[in-house]
Amino acid sequence: MKIIGLIIALSTGVLLICATGDFPRWADPASPASTHLSPHFIEKTMEETSVPNIVTAVLADYRGYDTMYETAVIFTAGLACFILLRIFVKEEPGDRLYRHLLTGVTVRVKEGTKLPPSEDFERIDATWTPPDLIIKTICRFLIPFIQLFALYVIAHGHHSPGGGFQGGVILGASIILLAISQDLRTSVRRMREKLDAVLCAVGVIIYAGTGALCLLLGLNFLDYSALASVLHCDPVTARSHGILIVEIGVGIAVMCTMIWIYNNVSSIGKYDEGL
Amino acid sequence: MGDLIQIVVAKYNYWIYITLMMIGLYAMIAKNNLVKKIVGMNIFQTAIILFYVSTGAKRGATIPILEHGHGEHGAGAHVVHAVDYINPLPHVLMLTAIVVAVATLGVALALAIRVYNRYDTLEEDEILAKIREK
Repeated sequence: MKIIGLIIALSTGVLLICATGDFPRWADPASPASTHLSPHFIEKTMEETSVPNIVTAVLADYRGYDTMYETAVIFTAGLACFILLRIFVKEEPGDRLYRHLLTGVTVRVKEGTKLPPSEDFERIDATWTPPDLIIKTICRFLIPFIQLFALYVIAHGHHSPGGGFQGGVILGASIILLAISQDLRTSVRRMREKLDAVLCAVGVIIYAGTGALCLLLGLNFLDYSALASVLHCDPVTARSHGILIVEIGVGIAVMCTMIWIYNNVSSIGKYDEGL
Repeated sequence: MGDLIQIVVAKYNYWIYITLMMIGLYAMIAKNNLVKKIVGMNIFQTAIILFYVSTGAKRGATIPILEHGHGEHGAGAHVVHAVDYINPLPHVLMLTAIVVAVATLGVALALAIRVYNRYDTLEEDEILAKIREK
């Protein structure tokens, strides 16, 4: 099998290397890729959408369908992880362990009995190890700034590198950092599973809903200039605002999908302590 | 010899992506462990991303964010020339592809976990032997 694989990989490589003879040289301004459609995007974006970041304009406006289905693909991937892994088992019989947060004392609760409802106790697993104090403190300190930066990346995507995908991933990473530096229960307490799943769908619905609103207002699907009458501005500015709305939708969907996938994969669907 | 080096240097971006792609393809076909196959798939995706981004490069051009784009637009706007900015289209395509790559990686790992739960191994030949036993 190894030899067959090597032969297939090498022959594909040789074929592709032969094909590079016909490819344009690196960074050639006259290459076919940069002579047909891209000059239109570069020269017309500003007057058509008033967005200086051409990548954002192409992503959410000119190629809006592509991005919408891309978001739907991500949502489907999150859903697939959930369906493959999530186990809804009843609480396993036996004793449960709780840790008193202030004193660090671990309490074993017999089956059938309950602790008085209190914020001071944290549920732990038998394999629990204390999170490192330095890592825990630094992460707690950093996470708000990471989230603030993510919001900046989403909101400033029109003028600088950024947008819904990048900001969404950073937001998701901040919650995943919380789950890694402490444990999964802590992060799930802040971002409930149900809220996460619902927001994931809401992100896709914001995107598709904006497109449908354009359709209802009498123009094509995802043609944001139709929003001008709703937003009380000229059609060019309306396209800019429409891009921002769908970028927010993309950001929410991406953030929640990242968290959803991580939660399911890291705890094998049990939503216990995680890694 | 000098000619060959010149050919390689003029199109080195393609050579790098082909090398990466061959590594990924070999790992996907020949490796026995499912996680290694998934890693191979990711290397393959990286190769394609590199290829697309490199086709967007343009000599003497800058990133596709318009200068003077923050102020007034309309009649007094600066004239934009396509040669000054690199091709934005490959960047757009790869931007979404990176996030989708992460999502597919998640699904692949989830499937690997399910396989492991069922067969207690991630080695392909052992899994096949266990399937044949039944």
